[in-house]
Amino acid sequence: MFAEFAGKILEYFVERYRVHFVLDVSCNSVAQKIYVELNNTVPCVRLLNATHQIGCQSSISGDTGVIHVLESEADLEWPLSKGPNPPYMVLLESSLFTKSIMMKMKNASSRVAGVVVVQKTSPPEFSPHTTCPNENTGVYTETYDHNLAHCNTTVWNPRGNGLSYEEFDSPVFSLKEDNETEVIKQCYFDHNRVVNGSGLQYPLCAMQLFSHMHAVTDTATCMRRSSMDFSTSPVMVCDPLGGYNVCAFIRPYNSTAFGHKENESVVIAAARLDSRAFFLEDSTGAEGSVSGFVTLLAAAQALREATQEAPPTRNILFAFFHGEVFDYIGSSRMVYDMKNNMFVIDLDNVHSILEIGQVAVRSGTNLFLHSDPVSRRNNTVHDEVTNLVKNLQSSTAGLNFSLVETDFSQPLPPSSFQRLLRARAIPGIVLADHQTDINNRYYESFYDNAAHLNLTYPSNLSPEEQLEFVTDTAKSLTEVATAVARALFKQAGGNNSQVNKINADPKTVTQMLYGFLVRSNNSWFQAVMAPELKDILQPNPPQYYVGVAKSSHQANALTYLVQYLLANLTGTATNLTQSQCKKPDELPNESTYLYSYLWVQGVVPPNSTQRESFCVRTAVRLVKAVSPAFDLGDYISKEYSTWTKSQWKFIKARIFLVASRDLEMLTLGVGVAVLFTSLLVTYFVRTKADVLFSSVREPNNAAY
Amino acid sequence: MTASVFFGCTFIAFGPAIALFLFTIARDPLRVIFLIAGAFFWLCSLLLSSLVWFITVQISNKESSSQQKGLLIFGVVLSVLLQETCRFGYYKLLKKANEGLLMLSAEETMPISIRQLAYVSGLGFGFMSGAFSMVNILADSVGPGTIGIHGDSQHYFLSSAFMTMAIVLLHMFWGVVFFDSCEKQHWWSLAVVVISHLLVSCLTFQNPQYVGSLVPTYIIVFLLGLWAFFCSGGSLRNLKLCLTCKDKDFLLANHRPR
Repeated sequence: MFAEFAGKILEYFVERYRVHFVLDVSCNSVAQKIYVELNNTVPCVRLLNATHQIGCQSSISGDTGVIHVLESEADLEWPLSKGPNPPYMVLLESSLFTKSIMMKMKNASSRVAGVVVVQKTSPPEFSPHTTCPNENTGVYTETYDHNLAHCNTTVWNPRGNGLSYEEFDSPVFSLKEDNETEVIKQCYFDHNRVVNGSGLQYPLCAMQLFSHMHAVTDTATCMRRSSMDFSTSPVMVCDPLGGYNVCAFIRPYNSTAFGHKENESVVIAAARLDSRAFFLEDSTGAEGSVSGFVTLLAAAQALREATQEAPPTRNILFAFFHGEVFDYIGSSRMVYDMKNNMFVIDLDNVHSILEIGQVAVRSGTNLFLHSDPVSRRNNTVHDEVTNLVKNLQSSTAGLNFSLVETDFSQPLPPSSFQRLLRARAIPGIVLADHQTDINNRYYESFYDNAAHLNLTYPSNLSPEEQLEFVTDTAKSLTEVATAVARALFKQAGGNNSQVNKINADPKTVTQMLYGFLVRSNNSWFQAVMAPELKDILQPNPPQYYVGVAKSSHQANALTYLVQYLLANLTGTATNLTQSQCKKPDELPNESTYLYSYLWVQGVVPPNSTQRESFCVRTAVRLVKAVSPAFDLGDYISKEYSTWTKSQWKFIKARIFLVASRDLEMLTLGVGVAVLFTSLLVTYFVRTKADVLFSSVREPNNAAY
Repeated sequence: MTASVFFGCTFIAFGPAIALFLFTIARDPLRVIFLIAGAFFWLCSLLLSSLVWFITVQISNKESSSQQKGLLIFGVVLSVLLQETCRFGYYKLLKKANEGLLMLSAEETMPISIRQLAYVSGLGFGFMSGAFSMVNILADSVGPGTIGIHGDSQHYFLSSAFMTMAIVLLHMFWGVVFFDSCEKQHWWSLAVVVISHLLVSCLTFQNPQYVGSLVPTYIIVFLLGLWAFFCSGGSLRNLKLCLTCKDKDFLLANHRPR
């Protein structure tokens, strides 16, 4: 240990002894002089399913390439064929991040070491998703209806270029436009620009990307490799995707009693929570998922008073499904649980379903009601659906829009309802703002953000004032939420006289839109969250990518936000103390079988600094949402989602200068020459040592 | 900068040292032992100087750059003085050890002369000094990048390697001259050794003007090399005889019975 300490001191001192004499005498090791580490990068990672691997992979010791900033598609010739110093690391702006350019670079992988995308302005439209989302795991298979399978009648995402589902052999990273990108561009302009037709002068500016993924081929292969380790802590090579669904009944059931409930009829109100983008960690999802679940949350709040005063005959289940982008993980799990008596109700209890799809980008004043033509061939189902449509259409009385049914022969858009239909012909409607193909120009891409929804705030407002400001988007979503709430109330058999009192609150809607799309760290979200979770609130919007299913009972930030918001909007505040809130069963009127008790932070009163925390009694529960394929061990399942994400050791990026090959070879040559010369000279001196050193100074001590 | 630069710089920095070790030291275990002991003594001097450096840096004002500048100069001077002190200490130890070795060995004459010890200990000092100078730099030269992104000179690796070669050779010459002047009690030549060591170390403050530091250093290497050659029994006449290959006649002519 002393040796280590001494060694460290020696190293420290020697570095000082040998270092350049600079005024700033901080500890500059040699590596700091060579490399500039890039910290704010988002990589494209590898995902696997039953048949394919998608995403990007780098070599295990990183991929190095000379930086080239792409100016246009024609400029692609330089890295692909004309440039004299391959391989190149191509830096492009987001407007050039198109399928044709990426495919050309994919085919020339010997000359292109990797791609870096700098996020700048939004292109007019861009969707890296497939044209027919979740086509194999929805309800429209060859057996269900041949004509409707594989989007034969309606292509839902015509702008989709499928870039997210391609496989790349080289790393692709994403950078924001900030100081680091400026450093890269400065390095490029200083060293890599061609000067008047003459060749490039070494040293050149280069970049190295590390994103080596451990898993290959498909899910079955990587799961097999994960379980082959015989040690006590198995090394996983990939992790299944999944999370938690958020569920709340307006009249809760005993959460330990699973299976069919006699004489109970439930109307399901569903929405999707997650989204994705090409770079998974950068998933926004404003129109794709936020519009839907914010509307449903507002409707849940609107229904709270009416259902408490005069509970309707049927129960209502608010279900927020996670993982729907990746082959309906959440909804397939719920259906599987219902079929196998692992959920508090089963499929026989489900009366009907109303799903809120993408509702924020209207092309007119109407919203559209989509239904499934195949199940409607059955008269009972058809009658129920017609009844639901009637309830919905009558709920828009007094509001500034109307609901129109879509064409009868058109199938359902991609929605969680399709998974329920796969199990049972349940009557249901999907509410959306598009009549045929979707209105979302940025479906499942990074650009589906607040700006896409026209969420604009006047510039002179502080963040807290922006939180309270009611935008036009919020107003239109509030109206949709009001209609949804009223329709649900009627569908559940509620008293018609109470219907007009059901109104969604625009202030809640605009606060939710601000928190989910602009900054999650605001005073309202702080007030509804638990004290131990307040660190998940950041100055940016939360991540909408579902993430991997963690073995501990930990959900991601989005799930917790929705859970606590739903608890706040539908639950009741109690007088319990913090210790009572942890163990409410000891009190006579509280039951953890029916409710869950959450201790939340509360608001800060104007004249004090302490938060008024309190205990919320709520029926909201988190239900595990991992694909049944992993429980069943069927990794090649065609029935359920088999998506997994590869593991990796580290992911980093750095830039530096590279010297020319000639200089390196020259150094090696000089070294070898020095070694040979010194060997020759030493040999010569040694053999002639008797003669060379023979002038005897000490007469009696000649001892050579 | 990749493997070729790594090997190139290693050979430049340690080529002479490796050649000397292979041909003159490796065969004789006694010389190897004294080489390693010499390296150890250099390490001791470095340990002491880095202790002092560490303490002074901690108590100094980290913000003031002039103070840090002064501290660096002080550190360099102190280290040089401590190295020479350790060299002197090693000399004293070897003198004592020589008497002991004479008693132990069966022969009448000493198995290793003080002149050989001077050369071996100087080389030991050189090896260790070179290793500490160069190993960190070599480790970073293996990666794909080269110095320069912050505007520094590109020739850092190469000039560090040449500087290290110079230092290794210099330590060897200093060892020979130092021991010789201690034997003959020529204190002025001792002072010259110390002053030349200080001079070479202070020349490195000229970096990154590598020409300014390397050229004078190599001039000093050449001069000291000549001086060490004369100290260890060489002369111009011997050199001429060697080079014109008349040495066989010379040996026969000068053969004296022992």
